[in-house]
Amino acid sequence: MKKTLLATAVLALGGFSNAALADLSVAIAGPMTGQYASAGDQIRKGAEMAIADINARGGVLGEKLKLEVGDDACDPKQAVSVANTMVNRKIVFMHGHWCSSSTIPASEVYNEADIPMATVSTNPQVTERGLDNIFRIMGRDDQQGMVAGSYIADKFAGKKVAVVDDKSAYGKGLADEMAKAMEGKGLKPTLREAITAGEKDYSGLVTKLKQAGVEVMAYGGYHTEVALILRQAQAAGLDLTVMGGDTMTNSELVTAAGPAADKVLFTFSPDPRKNADAAPVVEKFRAAKVEPEGYVLYAYAAFQLFEQAATAAKSTKYADLEKAMRGGSFNTVIGELSFDAKGDQKAPGFVVYRWQGGQYDYAQ
Amino acid sequence: MAYALQQLINGLTLGAMYGLIAIGYTMVYGIIGMINFAHGDIFMVSAFIAVTAFTILAAADVTSIPLALTFVLIVSIFFTSAYGWAVERTAYRPLRGSTRLAPLISAIGMSIFLQNSVQLTQGARVKPIPPVLEGGVVLWDAPGFTVQIGWTQMLIIVTTVVLMIAFTWMITQTPFGRQQRACEQDRTMASLLGVNVDRTISLTFMLGAALAAVAGVMVTVYYGVVDFFIGFLAGIKAFTAAVLGGIGSLPGAMLGGLLIGLIESFWAAYLWAEYKDVATFSILCLVLMLRPSGLLGRPEVEKV
Repeated sequence: MKKTLLATAVLALGGFSNAALADLSVAIAGPMTGQYASAGDQIRKGAEMAIADINARGGVLGEKLKLEVGDDACDPKQAVSVANTMVNRKIVFMHGHWCSSSTIPASEVYNEADIPMATVSTNPQVTERGLDNIFRIMGRDDQQGMVAGSYIADKFAGKKVAVVDDKSAYGKGLADEMAKAMEGKGLKPTLREAITAGEKDYSGLVTKLKQAGVEVMAYGGYHTEVALILRQAQAAGLDLTVMGGDTMTNSELVTAAGPAADKVLFTFSPDPRKNADAAPVVEKFRAAKVEPEGYVLYAYAAFQLFEQAATAAKSTKYADLEKAMRGGSFNTVIGELSFDAKGDQKAPGFVVYRWQGGQYDYAQ
Repeated sequence: MAYALQQLINGLTLGAMYGLIAIGYTMVYGIIGMINFAHGDIFMVSAFIAVTAFTILAAADVTSIPLALTFVLIVSIFFTSAYGWAVERTAYRPLRGSTRLAPLISAIGMSIFLQNSVQLTQGARVKPIPPVLEGGVVLWDAPGFTVQIGWTQMLIIVTTVVLMIAFTWMITQTPFGRQQRACEQDRTMASLLGVNVDRTISLTFMLGAALAAVAGVMVTVYYGVVDFFIGFLAGIKAFTAAVLGGIGSLPGAMLGGLLIGLIESFWAAYLWAEYKDVATFSILCLVLMLRPSGLLGRPEVEKV
């Protein structure tokens, strides 16, 4: 009996001391287990480093931060229950969730509880529902076409461009956006074509492109067909450059297309490791044996955003934070962050890459 | 003009491959009156055997292209014929005396079996090989457009022509051809006259598979990638070719294949590429309405 009492007292003490130390609770949520656990791990590593650094600088408004971790396993139902737990723990800021399908339902809970959140989910719907607590620190799926189309119009002005898609929802949507962006900049596509995905013979299309004198193909679809088209173009003596979307990051493209893959440009999120301002933080991560790839630096940036917004607003109350985030401009490891009325990042979230000898890097 | 010529070359290449596969459908139909729906998947298996053979050659540092192609063809024909034989033996022969529908269903089952087993053992990702035969010859340097025929395209067309001549000779001139035609006309009578019907049918399946293997090797060399699903679309197109040309007729299968290849490439060239398949099948319907037994098919006479 005595022992039980003692244990209870210790536990209570522990609980109290914990509460006393954790002046401000902030949280991350994402797939810490399951199929996408590697992404969750990246988020956790980035967040832990960011919070250690912020606390070493003296915390936010003189208060130390404490990190809460929620695991939604990319399951929308679990995401809502994580959100409720986090609201009970009185967090003041959330970085998450990761899967768009988790972020969308969970954001309703945070919105009701007046908790601001920064997310990396890319589905347009994340910011299209009029919730004022969401800030997206990554690009949107539908921005890709715009970035790709503008790049073609700028770099290949005066050349003949064909817009081709594979009739899938993703492919056609992307190709339409690319065509719109090109036309907006005064480059009218010479040809608009569609192919059937899953076929092997695209020599008909290739000959048509050759006949029309097309040098650049803006393509909405997957890498498998691009590999076939490029091989067949090369065999037909057509020097074709292809601009595609994020699906072209798949290295299967290189194995299937061979050296012709060097003619592929595509849009993908910027690599923050290349950001010169991020160099000291990148060094620090590497010294701690963590490669700051994928979402690591995004998580770090999310807490820099919170730190800077709270400092500017001199408050961690929702109304003040929300105003500061929406109005301000923040200097983070992923670059300058500022947001539009919907909560989308103003700077384009996508950059153009080029395959080169089996590796991809920024296209100049 | 130059453009049309280039599309003609594309269409002929594609058609030759359809034709090679179509012969497998038509021969089997001719001799036992059933559609071997697993034939497209036999073709897919042969492409995988070709990729494996190429990989082995690359590991053994074989650089001579004619040698490599011959080796891959022989390996692929050998193993694919074995597959053809095994499929007939396990899925069709036990059902020979039963209703017409039974072997049809077991053919569909066989097709699903082959597709899934390749997916499970080889993976769902595409299997690429590096370009084998690069380059070609410029046929005509017209202003604004250069007509080119690749070495692979030439190889496909020449191989198909040679095989067609050899096949026609075999069916019309050799004892095996005579036995095959006898079985086609009347199986009971042929067996009474001392023809080994089971052996003839087995050989027919193996020959069909061998031709599919040639098409499989060509597809692997020409397109450079294979996956477990290529048999489906190729099988449907080749079956259509066989029906268009008149199922049961060898020259019909080749003609049907070439026609479908040409329709596809010219439709895609001058009209809307996305309606290519609609066009192909509309033409099939039209032909069947006017000539129900296909272009070169003989109307079936009900034997009493």
